[in-house]
Amino acid sequence: MCCYIIAMHELSIAHNVVEIVSKAVKTDELSRVLKIKMKIGAMAGVVPESLDFSFKAITAGTSLANTKLVIEYIPFRIRCEKCGVITEMESGVIECPQCGSSSTQIISGQELLVTEIELEDD
Amino acid sequence: MSVITLERKVLEKNDEVAQQNRALFQERGIFVLNLVSSPGSGKTSILERTIEHLAGSVRIGVIEGDVQTDLDAQRIARFNIPVVQLVTNGSCHLDAKLVQDALQHFDLNSIELLIIENVGNLVCPANYDLGEALKVVVVSVTEGDDKPLKYPAMFRNASILIINKIDLLPYVNCSIELLRSNALKINPQLEIFETSCTTNAGIPEWCAWIRRHLKS
Repeated sequence: MCCYIIAMHELSIAHNVVEIVSKAVKTDELSRVLKIKMKIGAMAGVVPESLDFSFKAITAGTSLANTKLVIEYIPFRIRCEKCGVITEMESGVIECPQCGSSSTQIISGQELLVTEIELEDD
Repeated sequence: MSVITLERKVLEKNDEVAQQNRALFQERGIFVLNLVSSPGSGKTSILERTIEHLAGSVRIGVIEGDVQTDLDAQRIARFNIPVVQLVTNGSCHLDAKLVQDALQHFDLNSIELLIIENVGNLVCPANYDLGEALKVVVVSVTEGDDKPLKYPAMFRNASILIINKIDLLPYVNCSIELLRSNALKINPQLEIFETSCTTNAGIPEWCAWIRRHLKS
């Protein structure tokens, strides 16, 4: 049943995206919004497909009905503080695969951002 | 075509309200824990044992979050402490605004420890700051030792891990050592407690930790 999918937190995230865009763009210009660009980290706990589905569901019949979400997926990367190597991690583990050290820094993969709004010209 | 460039956090509104909550808690000297886990790992039982252990010496308030029913609030109300039940009606997590609204039902001068029991879910509550001092993630041994690897965000955002139902270890295929090391691979700073709400094992240690963190 589809309502189970949109009951996930992607629905509330989609509402937040709409709110951010509605504040950044004048109400009478909302229908000119072609694309909303987002960055979503691999470890942000957000499923891009579910977010897209939720976004379409809540914008249907509104000024944003034809707006596309363009999601840039950001890999989860850590930098080892001991050996300096930067590794793209497939899991959430933050142990350096090169030297085994657990003093590492997360350098990307936790983003959940609206970065750009593209508007059609008059 | 024109472009508006912005670098806005999607959950900035929630984060703002969470900061308001946090400021209020600090001003009133209330230590706030956000208890998260998958459904059935024993959050409410840990709360009950914690309240029993601290009753009489620590003034506790509880916010219960569930998708439906006030069954958990009923369990807590037996202890005669202030409790507010939040029913999310389908939503899979609590957010800062829900907590802010719930605070109106408390006399904030009469509590020093507020425990927020989040909706049972290891995914969504990780994203939503409520204004708590710390997140406490509970995992029971019946869930298996690979839980931290499967739900890394929650274990990364938590400061405390409570491994619950350790009395069931002889009956389940779970290595507590592996569970600990998996959790520490995600978050090396995690402080870990092992508890059983049936035998009360580990509850005194957990409560002693709470006492040390309460504002005097």
